Amino acid sequence: MARKILRIDMAELSHAYEEVPAKWGKWAGRGLTSAIVAEEVEPTCHPLGPNNKLVIAPGWVSGTPAAPSSGRTSFGGKSPLTGGIKESNAGGLSSQKIAKLGLAAIILEGMPKGGKWYTLVVTKDGVSFESAADLMGKGLYEVDQILWKKYPNEPAVIGIGQVGEEKLSNAGISVNDPENKPGRYAGRGGLGAVMGARGVKAIIVDDSGGPGVEIADMDLFKTGRKKLTDAITSHDLTKPAGGLNSFGTNVLMNIINEAGGLPTRNFSAGQFEGAAQISGEMVAEMVEKRGAGMTGHGCHPGCIIKCSNIYPDENGEELVSCVEYETAWALGANCGIDDLDYVAKMTRECNDLGLDTIEAGNTVAIAMEGGALEFGDKVGALGLFDEIRQMTPLGRILGQGVEATAKAYGVHRIPTVKGQSMPAYEPRAIKGIGVTYATTPMGADHTAGYTIAPEIAGVGGKVDPLSDEGKAELSLTFQAATAFVDSSGYCLFIAFPILDIPEGWAGMAESVAGVTGMEITGDDVIPIGKEILKIEREFNARAGFTAQDDRPPEFMRYEELPPHNEVWTITDTVLDEVYSWTNGK
Amino acid sequence: MQVEVRVFATLRRYLPELGIGEAKVMEVAQGTTLDEIRKILGLPADEVKVIMVNHKQAFPEDPVEDGDRITYVPAVAGG
Repeated sequence: MARKILRIDMAELSHAYEEVPAKWGKWAGRGLTSAIVAEEVEPTCHPLGPNNKLVIAPGWVSGTPAAPSSGRTSFGGKSPLTGGIKESNAGGLSSQKIAKLGLAAIILEGMPKGGKWYTLVVTKDGVSFESAADLMGKGLYEVDQILWKKYPNEPAVIGIGQVGEEKLSNAGISVNDPENKPGRYAGRGGLGAVMGARGVKAIIVDDSGGPGVEIADMDLFKTGRKKLTDAITSHDLTKPAGGLNSFGTNVLMNIINEAGGLPTRNFSAGQFEGAAQISGEMVAEMVEKRGAGMTGHGCHPGCIIKCSNIYPDENGEELVSCVEYETAWALGANCGIDDLDYVAKMTRECNDLGLDTIEAGNTVAIAMEGGALEFGDKVGALGLFDEIRQMTPLGRILGQGVEATAKAYGVHRIPTVKGQSMPAYEPRAIKGIGVTYATTPMGADHTAGYTIAPEIAGVGGKVDPLSDEGKAELSLTFQAATAFVDSSGYCLFIAFPILDIPEGWAGMAESVAGVTGMEITGDDVIPIGKEILKIEREFNARAGFTAQDDRPPEFMRYEELPPHNEVWTITDTVLDEVYSWTNGK
Repeated sequence: MQVEVRVFATLRRYLPELGIGEAKVMEVAQGTTLDEIRKILGLPADEVKVIMVNHKQAFPEDPVEDGDRITYVPAVAGG
């Protein structure tokens, strides 16, 4: 049975199944969300108005038997934060269930009349529109519990918190994890507000009795799957008891700090004296000391890397999953906070309210720089989330993210590109990632082209992070490979082993070819990725973006960053070369 | 001369006496290389992916200097 598109019209409270048109037949995941958004969403529309859409798509291999670490769901639309195209993807339960219902994508469009709110229940029999009145104003921990009690078969819950209800620009979309906790976030770019603008508080996906995923060539799929699995389970980073499994992504905290690239106190230094206290090693130590929580947690069924964690509080109770590197950095080092318990408490606030932790941490840091509280004031920082929960005027500003908060406090040192704040790597100390931040169609985003692999970790080659040389080409290659992986349903972290192990790279492509029937080899990964990037860049060009939007923040050009005392030196000409092959400026 | 050495993540098992981020201060002879220090510390070559000296990338054959801050990095990535 061929994949279908499920189109849900919130104005009419109706739904329809459509054949996937030939022009979109090759796409899944990010490639499909971006292709649909580029064609169906007017680039100049207001992101919260009736002409934007939320597109949800599993990857090519999601829902297939035992494809390793393949539970990513792509969410796409026009971003309220950047004003450009957005794809943000998450783990959790949704990807495999949507795929097993035989769906290539769910398109959510229109706005309900009378300001009503709905829970959409998606099953093999169609969509039912149920009142969400009992869920309104509730945080996602409670919402997920209520919905699992109400609906059978432990469904996926795609939901928004209070911040999404209020349609603020830092609203993320949560997917529940295997224990039905919120926290697997399509966090970046405010897509939770786009979902809220459709009047949808939650989407239940129950794949019981669904047709499953059709596999065109099972032998090729199995061959590719084995090569990829072998690469993941043999690489030191991704194997059982390897770096990610033992310490999570927060294994990076101490390393980036040693490289002098850990943005500290709103990007004013590259090292934080309290890095060790909020590191992945400390998370593991707390889990052991408190005899609760865990490392090596899987965020979706079938993950063989298991880089997530469950962080316990001082009483040995589960506090939050998960304390990621980006999260610990944003709410820790970047705010001058060295207390992991407070970082975890703020992370739980973000998960509950429906906030992206990267933007939230940067926002707190901006409030600190603006004098609302001191850097390092962990109690005050945690209190800011109460402002958001109560939707005070200050809370509403904070919920809009970094740029709105910087304006409110008269701050000019603003670490954003295209309106979205930077993650946990300093562009003045790690130049390639700065090229990615500046040029990706997504706004400042490390996952869009993770040059950290060769610049810091020696994965996929070894490159000097402080050198400007070759960084445009490096970033583009990583951006293209990422666009492919983001379309596959595989977690981006499979990229680390397969950058070092060629058989794994080939295996990834072969597994996609086996499922789809498309003739894809490892050599096609970059060209296919570039096709997706071109679609996204051209959407942004039509939305009004120019070369001037591909620039790092001004202060990074004149303010030296210790300990290297470097400024941003890559020229605008070099930045403009990254996408000179497209028409999208 | 003296250097200070830090190890992180999966490499910490070879220097279990050190707290997270704590440095081991070592007395070494002039001309000692980063690879020689690695051997003294018992860090397996195949587990050291990157070496940093004073926050910059360095290589096994590089000789160390008095006061250097040295970090041996295992397989890491994420974000």
